[in-house]
Amino acid sequence: MILGTLEQSLIFAFMVLGLYISYKILDFPDLTVDGTFPLGASVVAFSLVNGIDPIVAMILACIAGAIAGFITGYIHVKYNISNLLSGIIVMTGLYSVNLRIMGRSNIPLFNINTIFTSGNTIIKILLLLIAVKLVLDFILKTKFGFALRALGDNEVLLISLGINEKNVKIIGLMLANSLVALSGGIMAQYQGFSDIGMGTGTIITGLASIIIGESIFKETKFINMTLLVILGSIIYKFIISITLTMGMNPGDLKLITSIIVVAIMGSKNLKRKKGGVKLA
Amino acid sequence: MLRLNNLNKSFTNNLGTTKNIFKNLNFNMKQGDFVSVIGSNGAGKSTLFNLIMGNTELDQGQIMISDKNITNLPKHKRNSFMSKVYQNPSFGTSPSMTVFENLSMADNKGEVFGLTLGLNKKRKNFYKKNLAELDLGIEKQLDTKVGSLSGGQRQCLALIMATLKRPKLLLLDEHTAALDPKTSKIIMNKTNEIVKKEKIATIMITHNLQDAIDYGNRLIMLHDGNIILDIGEEEKKTLSVEKLLNIFNEKHVRPKDDEVFRV
Repeated sequence: MILGTLEQSLIFAFMVLGLYISYKILDFPDLTVDGTFPLGASVVAFSLVNGIDPIVAMILACIAGAIAGFITGYIHVKYNISNLLSGIIVMTGLYSVNLRIMGRSNIPLFNINTIFTSGNTIIKILLLLIAVKLVLDFILKTKFGFALRALGDNEVLLISLGINEKNVKIIGLMLANSLVALSGGIMAQYQGFSDIGMGTGTIITGLASIIIGESIFKETKFINMTLLVILGSIIYKFIISITLTMGMNPGDLKLITSIIVVAIMGSKNLKRKKGGVKLA
Repeated sequence: MLRLNNLNKSFTNNLGTTKNIFKNLNFNMKQGDFVSVIGSNGAGKSTLFNLIMGNTELDQGQIMISDKNITNLPKHKRNSFMSKVYQNPSFGTSPSMTVFENLSMADNKGEVFGLTLGLNKKRKNFYKKNLAELDLGIEKQLDTKVGSLSGGQRQCLALIMATLKRPKLLLLDEHTAALDPKTSKIIMNKTNEIVKKEKIATIMITHNLQDAIDYGNRLIMLHDGNIILDIGEEEKKTLSVEKLLNIFNEKHVRPKDDEVFRV
């Protein structure tokens, strides 16, 4: 059970990294992810069933995710639709898109060649995750990464640096959603099927992971933000799997997660009101 | 350097009434000019800045910088060769990033923000030296997040960031109004020093008449969208706050476009 939980949490960590970009860095609560997670799964499932190599299938999933992120960003900056609503619109549209891609509400992937068909599952996931984390760490240290971070902080500054803030926002969302789609694509291969409903609550899972990671490791040295959200994802999954073994009804999981998010965020904000926490 | 030709701008409010802010406003300034702008609220000072920066669209007219027409240039492109320092210190910096990161970004203003390393390590000592001259202790906090600096320190940083790449035009929008008198003085002196040394064409909006007199080589007064006073370098030396206040009061009593001398 422990190994299974760890594997799942590491797969979700890709998604959490993506959400970290949109929610934490860009300050953009991007609900698209509830649609991009199953989008990645659908694209991978469709590709695998049609005999495409698993690696190529995952790249296709990333591209599909990036397109979804682009649309959310584009309608937000171009038509001035609020960030929340843009995400909801694209998420809703993606439901139909995912159905179209799969042709039905789920595709089983048994007896089909996936990245997990041979070799050690956890090592493969771990290697891929470390690679993605390192690439992300590098991107955040580049000039583009600086622009991304400044954008979530202060849009005025970004414009005054001569940068088109709209483009940076769109690229950031593309990056975030391609990671979420990748996560969905890996998950489909891991669990052996892709399902239209597997994205429900993705954003809350991701948020819970980020804020759990933050509240535990915020002050710890040598743990940077990307590592912090990965650890948050692992801890969150273990909390959930422990509550399950204690006899919790799996159907109640989403409710529990929502309550956890409210509890942590609420206690933080109340502390801030009293002046206990310095400006983040 | 900067030429405003026949600027027209009016706003229409929700009730449908139109208010003219500028009617055929003309203004010229030379390279290295440091112009202080005074005027009561609603005179059009901020609108003037917004038009120059591209935050507000022009109804009619032309804005030229170094003989280049920038009237239709999007705002981020204008920002690649001009800078503005805001009244609010938090507008000019990124609070969750360190001082060093902020300065490195400013050093790349107007250029491509691509996938090369963001920190400009080569210039670290230059930044330190620059900050040390201010004597506000920022040079020791290069790796501190800007959000934990004081308002004065942040504004100093914003000023340095705005001028690091030597903009063609620098706009100062009451940039010392939110600071205590001592820090305000430090920033005004630093502003003056940078502007003189780098010969940056500068326009400064201020409500502090003494500052308007003490700094810069030209002073203009805006009223109802018109430049009703334009004082050059020589005349400015004899100016005092009382004189200026008198003019201020006079203009308030009977200010109609046609009776006031034009520029």
